[in-house]
Amino acid sequence: MAQEVHNDIEQLVKKEYTAGFYTNVEQEVFPPGINEDIIARLSAKKGEPEWMLNWRLKAFRIWQKMKEPHWANVHYDPIDYEAISYYAAPKKRPKSLDEVDPEILRTYERLGIPLHEWEKLAGVAVDAVFDSVSVATTFQKQLEKMGIIFCSISEAIQNYPELVKKYLGTVVPPNDNFFAALNSAVFSDGSFVYVPKGVKCPMELSTYFRINARGTGQFERTLIIAEEDAYVSYLEGCTAPMRDENQLHAAVVELIALDGATIRYSTVQNWYPGDKEGKGGIYNFVTKRGLCAGENSKISWTQVETGSAITWKYPSCILKGDNSVGEFYSVAVTNNFQQADTGTKMIHVGRNTRSTIISKGIAAGKSQNTYRGLVKIMRNAEYARNFSQCDSMLIGNECGAHTFPYIEIHNPTAQMEHEATTSKIGEDQIFYCNTRGLDTEEAVALIVNGFCKEVLQKLPMEFAVEAQKLLEISLEGSVG
Amino acid sequence: MNNFFFRINDLHAEVEGKKILKGVNLDLPKGEVHAIMGPNGSGKSTLAQVIAGRESYEVTEGEILLEGENILELSPEERAYKGLFLAFQYPVEIPGVSTLYFLKTALNSIRKANGLDEVDTYEFMALAREKVKEVGLDEDFLKRPVNWGFSGGEKKRAEIFQLLILQPKLAILDETDSGLDIDALRIVAKAVESMRSKERSFLVITHYQRILNYIKPDRVHVMVDGVIAKSGGFDLALELEEKGYGWIEKELTFAGGRDL
Repeated sequence: MAQEVHNDIEQLVKKEYTAGFYTNVEQEVFPPGINEDIIARLSAKKGEPEWMLNWRLKAFRIWQKMKEPHWANVHYDPIDYEAISYYAAPKKRPKSLDEVDPEILRTYERLGIPLHEWEKLAGVAVDAVFDSVSVATTFQKQLEKMGIIFCSISEAIQNYPELVKKYLGTVVPPNDNFFAALNSAVFSDGSFVYVPKGVKCPMELSTYFRINARGTGQFERTLIIAEEDAYVSYLEGCTAPMRDENQLHAAVVELIALDGATIRYSTVQNWYPGDKEGKGGIYNFVTKRGLCAGENSKISWTQVETGSAITWKYPSCILKGDNSVGEFYSVAVTNNFQQADTGTKMIHVGRNTRSTIISKGIAAGKSQNTYRGLVKIMRNAEYARNFSQCDSMLIGNECGAHTFPYIEIHNPTAQMEHEATTSKIGEDQIFYCNTRGLDTEEAVALIVNGFCKEVLQKLPMEFAVEAQKLLEISLEGSVG
Repeated sequence: MNNFFFRINDLHAEVEGKKILKGVNLDLPKGEVHAIMGPNGSGKSTLAQVIAGRESYEVTEGEILLEGENILELSPEERAYKGLFLAFQYPVEIPGVSTLYFLKTALNSIRKANGLDEVDTYEFMALAREKVKEVGLDEDFLKRPVNWGFSGGEKKRAEIFQLLILQPKLAILDETDSGLDIDALRIVAKAVESMRSKERSFLVITHYQRILNYIKPDRVHVMVDGVIAKSGGFDLALELEEKGYGWIEKELTFAGGRDL
C-alpha cells in the first residue's frame, strides 16, 4: 500500500512550469560584478540625485563587511556575487503605455495580465517591473487626483525625494541583513505607494515582477506608506522564465502604517522553481517588514509561495503603536527539489497589540518545507496577544516538513496560543475522490485547496482564483 | 454473449500478499437488489473496494463485467463514469472542502465524461437542497467540509445523500447500516427504496439482516472465506439471523473440503 502511494507521488512530481518563456527584447545589461563603479554607473543610469548614490555606497560598504547567512534550513552551492549582472533594462524607455514594446506587453499577456485590458476593464492599477525598470504604470492619473502616489521607486526618488528620504530604510535598514544590504546598494526598481491621511485607496494596486534577462539579479525595492486612517491593498505577483542556472532575487519591501492606517500586502510568488532534477530556479532571498508605527494601525501579509528553487522569506510586523494588529497568512508549496524556509516575525512593542499567524506548508516530491516564526513580546507590550497555527501537509515519502516556532516573552500579561499539525494526503482520501469521478490530480488539488482554504480566503478575489490555479499547476503530476 | 448487467467471474484478490477473495462468482441483473451477508473477515468489504477499483487490492484472477465490459481495466473514476457508486463503510474526511462544492465537482465530472452539460451552481443548489432533506439532514450540512467532524450516523447519511445526487446505475452499499440507530436506518432505507428502479441495481453488503427488512433484496448471498458460499431468497437472510453463520461454514467444509 505504501509503495502504491509512493509511486503515485513520483508521478505528481512531473510538474511543468507554464510561465517559463523568454521575451526577445533588446536589453541593456551591465557586465557582471559589483563594485563602487558599477553602483555609480547604475545610479547615473537612473539619473539619481547624489544623496541616493551616497546611500547606496554606504550600504555597499556595509555589505562588504557582512557574511551571507546560513542559519536557514536550505542548502545550495555558494553564490558568486561577481558573476551576477546588477542591471538589465529594455533599451527603449517608454513614456506611456502606448510606447511600451509590444513584445513586453505580449509577455504580460501570456502571464494573463494584459495591461491594456486591465487598465480598461479590471480596475486594477498595475506597476509592472520588467527586470529592473518599471515598464508602465497604469491608473496613475486617477489615483493622483485622490493624492495617492503609485509609481516606480525610481520615479519617486526623482519626484518625491522628501518622502523617500524620510522613510527609505527606516523599517529595513541597510545593515539589517546581508541580502538587505546588497539590495540597498544595487536595487534597480520597485514600487512606491503613498496614501495620504484619511484616503481609502479605491482599487487594488498591483505589481507584476518578472525576471527576464539571463544572469541578472533582480533587486526590487518597494516602499508603501499609509498615513493616518489611510487604507491600501497591494498585490504582488512574480514569475521568471526557465533557466538552467540559478538566478538571485533579493528584494526588500518596507511598509509603514501610521495611526489608524491599514495596509494589506498580498503576494503570489511563482518564480521558476528549477526542473525535476533540481537544476536552475530562482533563489528568492527577500526581506519584507512592516511597521505599525501608529496606534490602531494594521498590517496584513498574505502570501502564496509556489515557485523558486529556494525561498528565504519572513514577512514581519513590528507592532509599535498601541492596539496595532499584525497578520500573516501563508501558503508555501514545494515540489521536486524546492526548498522553502519561510515564516514571519511578530514583534509586539506597544500595548494591547495583537497578531495572528496562519501558515500552511505543503511539501511534495523531494522538497523541504520549513516554517520559521518568531513571536516576541517586549517588556512594555502589556496585554499583547498572539495566535499561531502552523499546519503542514506531506505528499509522498521523500519530502520533509519542519516547524521552528520561537517565542520570546518579556511581559507576563501576554497571551499566546500555538497550534501545529502535520498530515499526509492519504491514499484513502484520493481513492474516495476517485470513486466520485475526480481524477487523481483533481483530487490532490481539491484536498490541497481545502487545506489552504483559511489563507486563500484572505486573498483579494482576482488573486484567489489565480492562486488556486497555481496550486494545481505546482502539484501537477505529484500523484499518478 | 453477455447480456448480463453486472457479473463477477472467479474473482481472486489479495492485499499485501494475503489472499482475501478466492473465486467470487456473482450475477446481478438490472433492476435487482442483492444482499451480501457474511461474518466479519469473510471478504465482503474487500469485494466492495475491488469493485470500486482500489489499487492496493491486487486482483490475481477473474473479471468484473459491467454491461459486458471488464471494468478491472478501468480507473476508479472511469468506473464512476460508467455509473458505479460505492457508499463507503468508513467515509473519508476532506477538511476545508465543502460538501456542496465536492459533490458539484463530482457530478459535473461524471456528466462531462458522459457528454452531458455541466450543472451550474444555481441548479445544483436546488437539487442538493431537495435531496439533503430526504436523508434527514439540515441544509447547513451542505456548507460543512466533506465528512469533517460528522458523527458516524451523519457520515452514513451523507453517503446516501451522495447516492441520491449522483444517481448511479449500480450502487454498492458497504455496511451502511452499521452505526445507525433505528430511525436513521429507516430514513436511509427509505431514500434507497426511492431510488429503486428497473434501470438501477443495488448490492447491499451487511453483517445483519436488520436493514434487509427495509430494503428487501431479490437475492441474498452469503460470503464465507472469500467465496459466495450460498445464495437464496430473502428467507436465507432470516435463516442466518436465526442460526448465525456457523452452519454455512460447516456446509462449505463438507461440500468442498476446503481448509477454513
